[in-house]
Amino acid sequence: MINVFAAVISAVPGAEGAGAEEMPSVLAVPIDELIIGIIAFLIVFGVLGKLALPAIKKTLAERTELIEGGLAKADESQAEAQRILEEYKAALASAREEAAAIRTQAQADRTAIVEEARNEARAAAAAVTAAAEAQIAAERNQATSALTRQVGELAVGLAGKVVGQSLEDDARVRATVDAFISDLEQQAAR
Amino acid sequence: MSADVVLASGGLSCHLMSGCGFPAPGAEIFQFDAVWAPTILGVTFSISKTTILLFLAVVLILGFFLYAFRRPKLVPRGSQNVGELGYLFIRDGIAREAMGKDGDKFVPFLFSFFFLVWLLNFWSIVPFAQIPVTSIFAIPVAFAVIVYVTWVPLGIYKQGFIPFFKNMMFPPGVPKAMYVLLAPIELISNILVRPFTHSVRLFANMFAGHLLIASFSVAAFYLISASVVGILGSVASFAVAVALTGFEVLIQALQAYIFTLLAAVYISGALHAEH
Repeated sequence: MINVFAAVISAVPGAEGAGAEEMPSVLAVPIDELIIGIIAFLIVFGVLGKLALPAIKKTLAERTELIEGGLAKADESQAEAQRILEEYKAALASAREEAAAIRTQAQADRTAIVEEARNEARAAAAAVTAAAEAQIAAERNQATSALTRQVGELAVGLAGKVVGQSLEDDARVRATVDAFISDLEQQAAR
Repeated sequence: MSADVVLASGGLSCHLMSGCGFPAPGAEIFQFDAVWAPTILGVTFSISKTTILLFLAVVLILGFFLYAFRRPKLVPRGSQNVGELGYLFIRDGIAREAMGKDGDKFVPFLFSFFFLVWLLNFWSIVPFAQIPVTSIFAIPVAFAVIVYVTWVPLGIYKQGFIPFFKNMMFPPGVPKAMYVLLAPIELISNILVRPFTHSVRLFANMFAGHLLIASFSVAAFYLISASVVGILGSVASFAVAVALTGFEVLIQALQAYIFTLLAAVYISGALHAEH
């Protein structure tokens, strides 16, 4: 290391003058080569740094921005789609609930309607039956009283013919007949 | 095989068993005669093959990147793709790796270093060029000087003069007594030795690589002779020279990367004191 230092330090001031006969050290640093090396770098740095690299830096930044923007937009779209899906699901669920409520209500209504109709029918049937029974009773009463009178008349007629005299207007006869008939009725009722 | 090297090392007639010793290539293969030597402001600039290759590299780099980035598109095509690959490698692989988001400001600086150093190294295996310009010691020194005069003032500006040296010489997390030993070592290693190791690392790698390829190339030529040993040796030397050339391709890129990464690390250290 010391050797190399010495070589450099001795070489810097006058590499040219080191000796025409001797081969100059490979560690010589002639001032002209040093200057040329610095100039060469500064040209590359100056031109690339001013002309070529700012353009590509800008382009790369724009590209990054574009890609990031695209990603952000995609994220946004996905969030939007997710939101719509949630809304749709919520709407669907509420619609289902409503349908279920309506169905339950309909079931209840139907039961009530059927019950009502049945009651009405039952009442109507009862009314019809009662009316018919009342009519039957009335007709039977009528028939009974008509029959009673005719049977009485027939019996009186028959008895009058049997005894040869008219008993028609006799009150006693009537009482007899009545007694007879109520007797008959009692027998029929038994 | 480099014709320059063969000619410089004993001429075309020098072979094994022709009464000629092995003309081992030496430092002279890194010396080129000036083709033009103008004197500007009292300094004589000797323009030689390496100088021309240096400026040819500058022109090629500027030409390629100005073309590739002339109208950059959001969707890259062709040369823009290649250029972007380089840009992103420097930005993400070196600048941001070494100093985080702050590194973006230094991308052009590091970018210029990486591609210039790489191409100068690459001349080593380009036919007819066949000399890594970075094996001319003044060139790595020039680059290391630029890095040095960037990070030292930057550190003083960012941290303040006294804190800059204090942070450098008294790294935290060390027993107090150790500072007696550590402070001078840190000062010397950072301020004096750092630019030196920075340039020598690049120079020595390229120098040694070129010398190895040259030696085996010369040997392959020298050993051509009417003997079994000579022919086998020649073939083997040629094979080694080819293999070393392939190996050099890796070394060239690696050294350019290391040089640039170290520049980034030095700048990073100047921006933020080590904690």
